[in-house]
Amino acid sequence: MKTKLKPVKLSAKRAVVASAQAVVPLNNRRLTFGNKWDYAPAPEESKNYLIPPRHELFINGKFVAPHSGKHFDTINPATEDKLTEIALGDETDVDHAVKAARRAYEKVWSKMPGRERGKYLYRIARIIQEKSRELAVLESMDGGKPIKETRDVDLPIVAAHFFYHAGWADKLPYAFPGRNPRPLGVVGQIIPWNFPLLMAAWKIAPALACGNTVVIKPSKTTSLTLVRLAQIFQEAELPEGVVNVVTGVGETGTAIVKHPDVNKIAFTGSTEIGKQLAQMIVGTDKRITLELGGKAANIVFDDAPIDQAIEGIVAGIYFNMGHVCCAGSRLLVQENIFPQVVRKLRDRIQTLRIGNPLDKNTDIGAINNKPQLEKIRELVQSGADEGAEVVQTSCTLPARGYWYPPTFLTGVTASHRVAQEEIFGPVLSVMTFRTPEEAVERANNTPYGLSAGVWTDKGSKIFKIVNKLRAGVVWANTYNKFDPTSPFGGYKESGFGREGGIQGLAAYCRLD
Amino acid sequence: MKATALIKTGATTPSIRASRFTLPSSVDQIMAEERAASFTRRSIKTSAKLAGLKMVVSMMDLTTLEGKDTPGKIAYLCRKALQPADPKYKVPPCAAVCVYPNMVKYARKFLGENSPVHVASVATGFPSGQFPLPTRLNEVCRAVADGADEIDMVINRCAFLAGDHAKMFDEIAAIKEACGPAHLKVILETGELVTYDNVRLASEIAMQAGADFIKTSTGKVSPAATMPVTLVMLEAIRDHFFATGIRIGMKPAGGIRNSKQALHYLVMVKETLGDDWLTPDLFRFGASTLLNDVLMQIAKTVDGNYQGADYFSLP
Repeated sequence: MKTKLKPVKLSAKRAVVASAQAVVPLNNRRLTFGNKWDYAPAPEESKNYLIPPRHELFINGKFVAPHSGKHFDTINPATEDKLTEIALGDETDVDHAVKAARRAYEKVWSKMPGRERGKYLYRIARIIQEKSRELAVLESMDGGKPIKETRDVDLPIVAAHFFYHAGWADKLPYAFPGRNPRPLGVVGQIIPWNFPLLMAAWKIAPALACGNTVVIKPSKTTSLTLVRLAQIFQEAELPEGVVNVVTGVGETGTAIVKHPDVNKIAFTGSTEIGKQLAQMIVGTDKRITLELGGKAANIVFDDAPIDQAIEGIVAGIYFNMGHVCCAGSRLLVQENIFPQVVRKLRDRIQTLRIGNPLDKNTDIGAINNKPQLEKIRELVQSGADEGAEVVQTSCTLPARGYWYPPTFLTGVTASHRVAQEEIFGPVLSVMTFRTPEEAVERANNTPYGLSAGVWTDKGSKIFKIVNKLRAGVVWANTYNKFDPTSPFGGYKESGFGREGGIQGLAAYCRLD
Repeated sequence: MKATALIKTGATTPSIRASRFTLPSSVDQIMAEERAASFTRRSIKTSAKLAGLKMVVSMMDLTTLEGKDTPGKIAYLCRKALQPADPKYKVPPCAAVCVYPNMVKYARKFLGENSPVHVASVATGFPSGQFPLPTRLNEVCRAVADGADEIDMVINRCAFLAGDHAKMFDEIAAIKEACGPAHLKVILETGELVTYDNVRLASEIAMQAGADFIKTSTGKVSPAATMPVTLVMLEAIRDHFFATGIRIGMKPAGGIRNSKQALHYLVMVKETLGDDWLTPDLFRFGASTLLNDVLMQIAKTVDGNYQGADYFSLP
């Protein structure tokens, strides 16, 4: 078997190459993510999209000045520069909007055959697709979200929700066989700042498909794209009053919830506000669905595909700066792979690029608003005070704007505040477990129950664990995947009711 | 781990010997492909594009692997590798030329002893590897004696797919020994291994057996190099580095035909293994038609306008 080797002479130059295999000592086995080859700025073009200096309320198919005559500023959180002024809607404006919605419901929308309603929804979906780049840019400027995400995630799913529900509009009897689905009436909707357009689409599309009319209020910090969507409704010649947009503050939302002629409330936002809204409708016949906070467990077993699990952890907590109610904010790692996972996670967050949300290479944009930034800082500080180790990227943050670097905390136990409270920022609490039973017990040990993740190569283990988790959405070997066909919603303090899929339609129908 | 010792044990039951190698971590196909696709969404413009493309040239193993290769063709190839473009573009020479064993002596003669361009030879019954081991070892020795300082071997896919991982390991170790001072690149031929778990395990075995580089493909089987396959191999290299302290190189080969693809691979290396691997010593492209597309893009970035294909010499 042994072959006689001929002696080979090599020049000095060639011998150098052959001795490249030097052993790096244990303590120096680190990867360097520096700027040996750095990416040049690649900003998305934004100057072609003009933002008018002032945005009014959209009531009865027309843009109208608010009753109070007042407007408030909306800023770009990445620069703190004023973008435009937004109308401050009050009780009177809400009353006008609800009346317009009621008229539209009774005279037009509830009487229109489903196939005709579907046509409008298809038309809206197509216009959104045509204008998706513009909407993505505006969404990034107004909310601080990276253009990569608004362009590749938000806008495609926004259009998909209108397309999906357009398809249901004339097929509702087939969604609920043997029952007679009828619309509820005027629906009041209040949406948050983390996915402004997407949450609008989640709420408006099913409501319209089922024959309801809408009064919707965006969050104070992110009204811009919803007003732009109202222009699209005009362009699609949606009958007047079918959708009314009342921008404003908390009291504006309260006025919608308390209005006697609203038949249903759909809210996405914090658990605290959700509870208040639920109390406001006690004693009325209003329906309500709530999609509230979360503190999801992302469980990584030792037989998981580790490198892919790291991607899932990153997608779970750093997507949209962690401003995601279903964020995988509690990482539960099996103790025997803890060092390996932490090492890889530490390296991985070094490659996340933070900065100008309009740069196509930005992974992490700006924190949406100042109070939120302060809340994140306060909670991370509490983690450090309670003895957790804080790991952050070494990136430099821009001087102006609201920024927080990707962060994770190790040495966290279930009794730490950072393990219990929703941080709603790019901050991950890393904890360990020993057995599958313990993983389930710890995952369920939270007042929330919106989502969870499971990482293992064993199919049987996935099914076993998933069935024991008290969470509305459970992802297996992936995270933060959304589709209009799939229902989304929570258990416990994460709310009730589902959005998306047939279950989501049911929330906008009266079923006899 | 000495190759000769293992061969002498003469064990014949694959299952017992194979037990030494287990998959360090499984690979999830969907998430691996998603991650690989994410690198293609990086936007590489202006100065980053120019620097990246020059780096791509410096990492290129300019390749000709045809039955019709002749000394004349090798001269074209070597000259192109030494001086890819007009000096005004300040393009570095390619890393190596990659040829069949019979062509090694012509390449070495053309390039001389102290050339900045290395001579890589495919060997070991390329591309199938379905030849007796002594034949393959002889081929390696001949190529090195003729002047190859890099050997691109193919693994024994027959042994790997039949589960005889030890045999695959022993053969690589024996070939490494036959290489002497020459650099060894181990071609997994991922298009024949098919699954990412197979790619990951084969990478692990090759690195443990003494590979200096692991390489995706021969270019003779489709699919050749893909982004996800290369990612899985880079991740194997990363784990091997953490475990042993040895930096193994990576060479995707086949199917990388344009500048944009090449830059996506660079992005993947940068964000998976970091700056240390952004060097021709640890990352290579195996390609025959990529070079002129890269040069066209470099010229475009410098001059501001595209030139026709005839303004770039053929290798």
